Amino acid sequence: MSAGGRRVLAFLGILTVFVLLWEGYKWMGVTAGGVWPGTSIELPVRTNERSMPHVWDILFALFRPARRGGDLLLWVLLRAALFTWRSALLGFAFGSLVGFGLGVMFVRSPLAERGLMPYVVASQTVPILAIAPILVVWAGRLSVPRWVVVAVISAYLAFFPVAINTLRGLRSPQAEASELMTSYAASPRQVLWKLQAPAALPYLFPALKIAATAAVIGAIVGELPASMPDGLGRAILNFASAFSAAPAKLFASILVASLLGIVFVGAVAGAERAVVPQSMRLDAAETPAAVQEATA
Amino acid sequence: MTAVRLSGVDMVFNPGTGQEVKALAGIDLAVGQGEFVSLIGPSGCGKSTMLRLIGDLISPTVGAVAVNGKTPSAARIDRDYGMVFQSATLLEWRKIRANVELPLEIMETDKGERRERAEAMLELVGLADFADHYPWQLSGGMQQRVSIARALAFEPSILLMDEPFGALDEMTRERMQAELLRIWSETRTTVVFVTHSIPEAVFLSNRVVIMSPRPGRITRAVDIDLPQPRNRETREDQRFFELLTSVRDGLRAVEDM
Ligand SMILES: Nc1ncnc2c1ncn2[C@@H]1O[C@H](COP(=O)(O)OP(=O)(O)OP(=O)(O)O)[C@@H](O)[C@H]1O
Ligand SMILES: [Mg+2]
Repeated sequence: MSAGGRRVLAFLGILTVFVLLWEGYKWMGVTAGGVWPGTSIELPVRTNERSMPHVWDILFALFRPARRGGDLLLWVLLRAALFTWRSALLGFAFGSLVGFGLGVMFVRSPLAERGLMPYVVASQTVPILAIAPILVVWAGRLSVPRWVVVAVISAYLAFFPVAINTLRGLRSPQAEASELMTSYAASPRQVLWKLQAPAALPYLFPALKIAATAAVIGAIVGELPASMPDGLGRAILNFASAFSAAPAKLFASILVASLLGIVFVGAVAGAERAVVPQSMRLDAAETPAAVQEATA
Repeated sequence: MTAVRLSGVDMVFNPGTGQEVKALAGIDLAVGQGEFVSLIGPSGCGKSTMLRLIGDLISPTVGAVAVNGKTPSAARIDRDYGMVFQSATLLEWRKIRANVELPLEIMETDKGERRERAEAMLELVGLADFADHYPWQLSGGMQQRVSIARALAFEPSILLMDEPFGALDEMTRERMQAELLRIWSETRTTVVFVTHSIPEAVFLSNRVVIMSPRPGRITRAVDIDLPQPRNRETREDQRFFELLTSVRDGLRAVEDM
């Protein structure tokens, strides 16, 4: 079987296990009356329909009108996802460019790295919930469309992993390769584009995958203070406040939101396969280490 | 004319700190145009340091280095140097052909000529059939030949080679030595060659320079008067063995110091 086929099969297998665990736990709770079987210890999460709807109820909810007489929930959510994706995509592109630019600047100037790196790291410890409304208020004076403001919020989360891994990747060529370029009297620009940047690609793509998910989160969260009515952020908030009445709808929107992230990351992975030869691809496990190292 | 001249060169790393290392002291060396000179000596005696000084990768603490009558940095900017390191240092995302073209690309040679040069160089090192392979598809010896082709591609007047055959098995090594000599006689480049192998130094060179460590000094130079062209018979020549012995004696003297 092809590698792609095996991947799909593994994905479906794990999905099945999740569904079985969910339904198994629910069944156990319902038959034993909300306690661990044979004891009187209560289960940590209630298993009634209000807390944990059946998986099929969540799926059915997608194919029922979101509100009486309206469009199917699936269409409502997909439209919202598409709307959010526009901001996330712009934020991803913008954030990745900024991240790459910072990486290039840091590799050229240790002074810039020493001076700016603490702020880059600190930027990620400031909660996005605090930054977002400030950006919205600031942008209010300019005539920037609000979805672009949301993109900036999303870029704020996306640039970080790209900056860290770009820097690491640009530094990855061995000393002799750099000396070789020096011996040719190559210009800094030639060193960047002929040696450092190609060497950084395997480091860049794992970071872009993280950036893609961060951009989606940033866009969803950014939509709230920007009071955007059309995106996933508002939809999730609405369904969350109606959770006890219609729990399946919130779970359904979680499904669609993660689908958005998966598709986005999948697109980046596709680009990686097209651009980075197999022999150069890094183990995905290396990325968190790089990020940890830089933040430590 | 002299291609390389070092006069009264000292090299001190990290001067004035606790990690001060006196790598070279009082080095005087002149290498003539078209000459093949080998540097040999115990590990840490400063052979690589000397190559890096000539190649303008570092500057001397004391003394002067002149290359083709210029400063090393002027020579580097004029692209006088072809470097070959112990590891082939090929760029793994480039095909063999593109690796050989790399210096030409940097020197902004036009595309047609680039291609021609790369093809000719790969022919020279016997790898014309591998132009469209990636480095990882080649053996270590083949990769090292590519790095020699790359160094020759832009016709540098001086080749600086730091233990280029160190990682090869004996048979491949001897074949590579013969090829290097053939290339050298065809291109008439000046070569400064670092090695740990006495037979290699004697077989290849016009002159073998013996160095001692701590600090690195030149203790002796042995002129190799074996006739050219050198080939398999050279290695069985009585004179070859005499020269091996005199280089070995020179190295023994260094170790006893
Ligand atoms: N960048 C550097 N910083 C500090 N010390 C250095 C540096 N480069 C070389 N040295 C020191 O200079 C001395 C000579 O080193 P060098 O690499 O030239 O030796 P070598 O003769 O090439 O040895 P080998 O045969 O093992 O390659 C060593 O003691 C080494 O530790
Ligand atoms: Mg060395």
